[in-house]
Amino acid sequence: MKSVPVTDTPAPAAEPRPATAALALGDDALVLSHRLGEWAGHAPVLEEEVALANIALDLLGQARTLLSLAGDEDELAYLREERAFRNTQLVEQPNGDFAHTIARQLYFSTYQHLLYGQLAAAEGPFAPLAGKAVKEVAYHRDHAEHWTLRLGDGTEESHARMQRGLDALWRYTGELFEPVEELPVDWSALREGWLSAVTAVVERATLTLPSGPQNGAWTAGAGRQGIHTEPFGRMLAEMQHLHRSHPGASW
Amino acid sequence: MTTMAPDTGAQDTAGYEAVFDAAVAAEERIEPRDWMPDAYRATLVRQIAQHAHSEIIGMQPEANWITRAPSLRRKAILMAKVQDEAGHGLYLYSAAETLGTGRDELLDKLHSGRQKYSSIFNYPTLTWADVGAIGWLVDGAAITNQVPLCRCSYGPYARAMVRICKEESFHQRQGYELLLALSRGTEAQHAMAQDAVNRWWWPSLMMFGPPDAESSHSAQSMAWKIKRHSNDELRQRFVDICVPQAASLGLTLPDPDLRWNEERGQHDFGAIDWTEFQEVLRGNGPCNDQRIGQRRRAHEEGAWVREAAAAYAAKHGKATA
Amino acid sequence: MTNADWPLWEVFVRSRRGLAHTHAGSLHAPDAEMALRNARDLYTRRSEGVSIWVVPSTAVTASSPDEKDPFFEPAADKPYRHPTFYEIPEGVRHL
Repeated sequence: MKSVPVTDTPAPAAEPRPATAALALGDDALVLSHRLGEWAGHAPVLEEEVALANIALDLLGQARTLLSLAGDEDELAYLREERAFRNTQLVEQPNGDFAHTIARQLYFSTYQHLLYGQLAAAEGPFAPLAGKAVKEVAYHRDHAEHWTLRLGDGTEESHARMQRGLDALWRYTGELFEPVEELPVDWSALREGWLSAVTAVVERATLTLPSGPQNGAWTAGAGRQGIHTEPFGRMLAEMQHLHRSHPGASW
Repeated sequence: MTTMAPDTGAQDTAGYEAVFDAAVAAEERIEPRDWMPDAYRATLVRQIAQHAHSEIIGMQPEANWITRAPSLRRKAILMAKVQDEAGHGLYLYSAAETLGTGRDELLDKLHSGRQKYSSIFNYPTLTWADVGAIGWLVDGAAITNQVPLCRCSYGPYARAMVRICKEESFHQRQGYELLLALSRGTEAQHAMAQDAVNRWWWPSLMMFGPPDAESSHSAQSMAWKIKRHSNDELRQRFVDICVPQAASLGLTLPDPDLRWNEERGQHDFGAIDWTEFQEVLRGNGPCNDQRIGQRRRAHEEGAWVREAAAAYAAKHGKATA
Repeated sequence: MTNADWPLWEVFVRSRRGLAHTHAGSLHAPDAEMALRNARDLYTRRSEGVSIWVVPSTAVTASSPDEKDPFFEPAADKPYRHPTFYEIPEGVRHL
């Protein structure tokens, strides 16, 4: 599982590692997988325990492949400080209720599906990974869409909860379309595709597409610049504590 | 499948019973729509439900470490394992439903304390090594118990167990491998592993149930071929398997009386504290309230989700019932 | 059934092309679409299948054990339906 850490001098003929993009995509997958893992034992119905774990495992697998492109997966996951993580703020948002989680899934998996679709079709170091992952992510998207429909068009209570989830997370969606260095992606097409897909699902679910800003006002930036939200630090504290308590140990 | 026992006049029961007894004696499987004695059905529902509940409650002590797993490889393994447990719970509830008892009814009984789950899950997972000890000892004991259930006389239960045993083969191995890495790791890691084994060893031995002389359900279950071996027999088998495995791990089992008995060709081991067992069973374990509380909460907090999906199905003409 | 109780579905899985769907077990789901997805997650998470059927359990009509004799015994005394019924001289192949 060990690969050479990113700080080591690379072998002479080695291709440069696409580190920035690998970290951005890898951290998205790692952090969302972690959040979904928090559902274990708490899901609203047993069938959903299995479904959420499947999605979390797919994402963790993607994260491991991506982080390994940038260095040693465990060093990167467990020994970086909060400011060095490059995931979007959307994926680090706490689970909230099931509707909140589904809203996060809908926004993110629609984005990831379209993004990986483009990466799979393009040449480049991410094409093989994206080709495999795009099938996994298609299922995540399908799962999110089916639940959005059921919660949106279910009961009065579920409708209200689903709308609250969509509204609360809307302000984190703009960051998804900020170009990531090294990625051969048409970002404006991605944004358009995402908006029309999400709009269609939201409308079918009898919900309203949020109308507020999709980005925060703070000019320092957001997750891709290593600026995160407060809950993320606590998430990392939990995730990294054991690993950091035993420096140099193998597990 | 929704199945009920066929209506039988009292005069027919003797004939049906003879057919049932002959099938069991001939090692044939009893299937959902076959006639079966009421007590056989009740015993099976009780046992399968308890088994299913154990899988579901058993997710909690291990899920407790998913967010803290110390490497991404271990995290993936642990998530897959906890997921399997949810899956196994579902296979078992599905087997119980073939006997005419719905999952909702069984979950109600679990949540209200009228049905039990394995007492082992009322112990806490205090360190990462506990995840390894659960895999090696708790899953090891469970497998010792479960392998004979693959030949249980009730078809759906036996089939569920075949699937479960096949899938669980990785559970015990990952636990052993986890402990081995700790035992061969730093001094602190080794100590963590030994501490976990010290805490989990005795509760694991209790998993086989009370001594044969005091086991209330055993004899009838053996006659019906629901159960194949006695509690003490399986416990002894487990101890004999674990002793050399512990030696390879470089860890000690916390029992000064544990030694090879040349005459019996088996290990002697110390007396089990059955008072603790009874107390934990009665609700005084370190985590009884916590485990049931979390389960109940997840169920209650999920009610609006289940209602929403049912309402959507009804609205869109997708409901079947 | 209360609002929150989802109906039961029987799951049939084709493990690979060329084989028939086989009963794998059951599960709960609010509707057929979700039943398919739950079945995929539950019964094929180790790549056990290439195709899944889900059927509402209430839609299955089964022969009753009472009918066991009239239903199945007539078939039991027709051994000529099985290839081993026929004696073929040694050495005759491709039969």
